[in-house]
Amino acid sequence: MLSSKVKNRIIFLTTVALITLVAIFFIIQSLDKNILYFSSPTEIKQSEDVVTGKKMRIGGMVKKNSIKISENNIQFIVTDFNNEIIVNFSGTVPNLFAEEKGVVAEGKLKDKSFFEADRILAKHDENYMPPEIKKIMNNSNAK
Amino acid sequence: MFKFFSASNIYSFIQKLIKFINSIFFLILIIGLTFALVLSPPDYIQGDSVRIMYVHVPSAWLGLASFSVITLLSILNFIFKIKNFYFINKSIAPIGLLFTSLAIVTGSLWGQPTWGTWWAWDARLTSMLILMLFYVFYILSFKLINNEETTIKVSSIIAIVGSINIPIIKYSVDWWNTLHQPASIKISGSSSIHSAMLVPLLLMLLVFLLYAALIFLMKYKTEIIRIKKKNIKRI
Repeated sequence: MLSSKVKNRIIFLTTVALITLVAIFFIIQSLDKNILYFSSPTEIKQSEDVVTGKKMRIGGMVKKNSIKISENNIQFIVTDFNNEIIVNFSGTVPNLFAEEKGVVAEGKLKDKSFFEADRILAKHDENYMPPEIKKIMNNSNAK
Repeated sequence: MFKFFSASNIYSFIQKLIKFINSIFFLILIIGLTFALVLSPPDYIQGDSVRIMYVHVPSAWLGLASFSVITLLSILNFIFKIKNFYFINKSIAPIGLLFTSLAIVTGSLWGQPTWGTWWAWDARLTSMLILMLFYVFYILSFKLINNEETTIKVSSIIAIVGSINIPIIKYSVDWWNTLHQPASIKISGSSSIHSAMLVPLLLMLLVFLLYAALIFLMKYKTEIIRIKKKNIKRI
């Protein structure tokens, strides 16, 4: 049998844990979309209060065959396979920036389908494999 | 029954354990490092910077695991007043802080060549930083408060409040859009990491576990010497 002292301590700890849980739940609720590091093209399309000219981040996949490089400008399409946004950027891109790879662009929306970026981050996915395996996978996909 | 838990018995047992770990640690360290740095292949897209993962991932796991253990023991100690857990927690906390900081630093070093930035305020990175702060507060509660009763109370509350952060860290990559990639190794289902990289990762995890155990035992030994000096017979 638990003594009343032990019971009191259990009640005290449970209360502390519950209060913190509720507090953290409300903190996360109030942070809402600020907790998202970037918005996807679909989220931008669906949201009604998109502010153009405000600093924000968008993210998704770089669409295949969409990268156009001119003298000091790079343009590509970010897609989440439902909606797309054209991104314009002048500057250096990280090494891992490539077609069909994740990307996060920091900058301003011109309108709902055009984004002027001033910083590009590459987003790595959770796949780790040696180059030989990737080659084999590509070959089997091509067949 | 209680004789086994006498300070001298625990002390001699720890001595033997430290000797044993010391005898195998360097062998496993060399094997682990050979696999991680030489034998494992480079990644198909990241190249050789994938090798940072072999330090980053085990240290992040250990940082999280240490805090979970601290929370569990804190709760048990607070409710049932098992003094021994207090000393165990006191010895684990610095290790947890070390590994959490190591995970953040190595992650930052990996982020620069891979993402193109040292730091991003996304959910995973921020929650990991919060974990580090909780470790700092936890250790400070031992250093700053002289009264042992108060220390137990304050540190337990810090541990319980901080423990809610642990599932947030774990699931942050699934719940929200983050720059950090989702977990590659899943408890259920297949992992998205090739076995040629999984083996060195698990070896390095073993190395880190042994290292953590070694530091823990040494710190715990010091605590026991302190108890013996105060001439308390049983913990």
